[in-house]
Amino acid sequence: MASTQPFILSELPDGFRGIVARVNGGRELAARLAAMGLTAGTEIVVLQNRGFGPMLARVRDTRIALGRGQASLVTVYECQSPDIQATFRAAPSG
Amino acid sequence: MNANPQTFKPPSVPPRAAESRRLVIGLAGQPNVGKSTVFSILTGLTAEVGNWPGRTVERREGSARIGGREFHVVDLPGTYSLTSNSEEERIAREFILRERPDVIVMLADASALERNLYLLAELLLLPIPVVLGVNMVDVALREGVEFDAHVLQAALGLPVVAMVASRNEGVAELLAAAAAVADGKQEYAPDRPEIAATHQSVYEQLNALIEPSVPAGVPTHWAALKLLEGDREVTESAQQWLPPAAWAQAHELLREHEDAVLDVAGARYEWIGRMVRAAVRRPRLGQVSFTDRFDRIATHPVLGLLLLLSVFGLVFWLTFSIAGPVQGWLEDGLIAASSGAMTAALAGAPAWLSGILVDGLLAGAGIVVTFVPILFVFFLALGLLEDTGYQSRMAYVMDRFMHRIGLHGKSFLPLFLGFGCNVPAVMGSRVIESRPARLLTIMLTPFVPCSARLVVLAFLVPLFFPAFPALVAWGLVVGNLLVLVLVGLLLDRFAFRRERLAFVMEMPLYHVPNPRTILIYALTNVWTFVKRAATIIVVASMVIWLLVSFPGESVNDSYLGMFGRVLEPVGALMGLDWRLVVATLSGFVAKENSIAALGIIFGADGQTLGGTLATVVAPASALAFLVLNMLFIPCVATVAAIRQETRSWGWTGLSAGMMLFSAMFFATLVYQLAVLLGLGGAIV
Repeated sequence: MASTQPFILSELPDGFRGIVARVNGGRELAARLAAMGLTAGTEIVVLQNRGFGPMLARVRDTRIALGRGQASLVTVYECQSPDIQATFRAAPSG
Repeated sequence: MNANPQTFKPPSVPPRAAESRRLVIGLAGQPNVGKSTVFSILTGLTAEVGNWPGRTVERREGSARIGGREFHVVDLPGTYSLTSNSEEERIAREFILRERPDVIVMLADASALERNLYLLAELLLLPIPVVLGVNMVDVALREGVEFDAHVLQAALGLPVVAMVASRNEGVAELLAAAAAVADGKQEYAPDRPEIAATHQSVYEQLNALIEPSVPAGVPTHWAALKLLEGDREVTESAQQWLPPAAWAQAHELLREHEDAVLDVAGARYEWIGRMVRAAVRRPRLGQVSFTDRFDRIATHPVLGLLLLLSVFGLVFWLTFSIAGPVQGWLEDGLIAASSGAMTAALAGAPAWLSGILVDGLLAGAGIVVTFVPILFVFFLALGLLEDTGYQSRMAYVMDRFMHRIGLHGKSFLPLFLGFGCNVPAVMGSRVIESRPARLLTIMLTPFVPCSARLVVLAFLVPLFFPAFPALVAWGLVVGNLLVLVLVGLLLDRFAFRRERLAFVMEMPLYHVPNPRTILIYALTNVWTFVKRAATIIVVASMVIWLLVSFPGESVNDSYLGMFGRVLEPVGALMGLDWRLVVATLSGFVAKENSIAALGIIFGADGQTLGGTLATVVAPASALAFLVLNMLFIPCVATVAAIRQETRSWGWTGLSAGMMLFSAMFFATLVYQLAVLLGLGGAIV
């Protein structure tokens, strides 16, 4: 399901769905993000990322705004959600 | 079901004899769970706002009477966890460990239950029983989340109450459950999270190591876990209470297991997952909620900005069309009438007595009173923006701009309010959680030209520069804002450099606001300002009156006039004679006073102020005077608000000193430049 190559959260496009791989940048940020629901192994959805300024993501039913600096410290595995897989299966070529 | 009965002792609930005794309740919860609504339902107007001892964070407490039972409710700061990362988190856990409430009532948001229970996982390690109120089940239902309180109660082993606090549903039940647990009438045997298997052995070693030395009142297992999490405060204090040999051993263990924090958090969520599995259902997965739809506009870089500007426009329009007339009515009716009455009552008294009472004390009290309508409307607006959840979107949209001068997106709201009035702006900085970011915002607020300063500007510029007033006024306001950015950059670079905090913020779901919560929020804030700032303002007003009225009759022969003459060499740098210096100084009580002072000083020979000013003040000096007044120490009410919010005369003094310095620096700069450009001319 999950690919082996993690992506950097701040570089992911809107609508990207993945699994948090790791929070870098020290214990303090990791503890803060964990308390808001963002831990390794959690599903994460990119709600808004315009390439500048802060970005929005959803983890555990929580919408979190993250500064670019913080978002660049989070790595994410790609995950193909069930509905995307369903779309693939339904496609005429598959 | 208890995961780890050997290590985690259940909290002792000693049987109490007198059941009618007053119960002390700590109200805990993450931010945006409707805690203030529950607090205001419980305590109403009995609520008192103070500060946590030695801290700048507000402490709100009040009493409640439900079912003939007396409760004392202490509202803990809203925190996501109980690690020592922020002042609020330290306050919350210190309260629980030191003041030992009878029971903790924790509120959770039903629509994000998993994240909310993270705080519960932490609370359960402390030796006070917890009952859980799951709030906003109606909002959760709209988001497609169905929640069953009985199932969660069975899993957690502690009372769980489903609530809709905004409609006052479930609040009384929650208190009844809290009382039952505190009285030992309800079984309390909570399931607690266990530590990940990989760290079980190091955790037990730590436990054994610190057990003999842990201070009374601090649970050993909690201290061991916090050490593993790298909690700064517990680590530092453990260094004090542990014997050196034991500390060296513990330190070595912790160094080997630096990654434990991730496992501790992971284990908590794993436990939460087990707890909520059966209690939460999502029958309609994948629907697009109102919050997501509205956020497409509210968080859009362009549309969001337009929406934000319209909202602010509305706030200002409301303030000036509601608070303005009320303020005028208070000034003309109440203040003028009472000063008339007081003058009449003091007819036989010496002139100095009636002067200090009427023109000093009463005038000062008048300033306090006339601030009330403005503050009230502003705080209603602020409360509304916060209660609906829109406030965090404003911070999000503005963060990319504020970030450049080292500010948090949340600083935008108070700074923008500053255009209306600096006092609510300084008080509004409370929305910023981190103290360094809050202090930086408070330091910058007086650099925002408030409406009173803009009025002075609008009045004086046409008198000084009848040919092109709009251009000069526009230039002054833009210049003022550039100074704000410059000071922000400098402060961020040199004073607050190491303390910059990450921008990590929750965007709560939108809610229908609760009028009662907002009203109580506004009333409490206005009352706090009146209570705390009134003394400073009234005393300053009386002192200024003395300085203006003695020893001579008019301002010219007063102490203030003499002081102005002493300062003339300094004024000369800016091209100002003593009269302009005195006019600036007299703006301290209220900015509009400098116009009145100019009138008294220059208008002595019967001419109109306009006719005199343009002929006696050279353009270069006029510009310098306007710059000086735009940036000068803010009015006494703002200074009082700064003192109230920072709780420190040091920061208050620093703020005033910084304003004074930049005012003189830029006034001198402008004057010297203007003279170079040939705008000098002799001062009569």
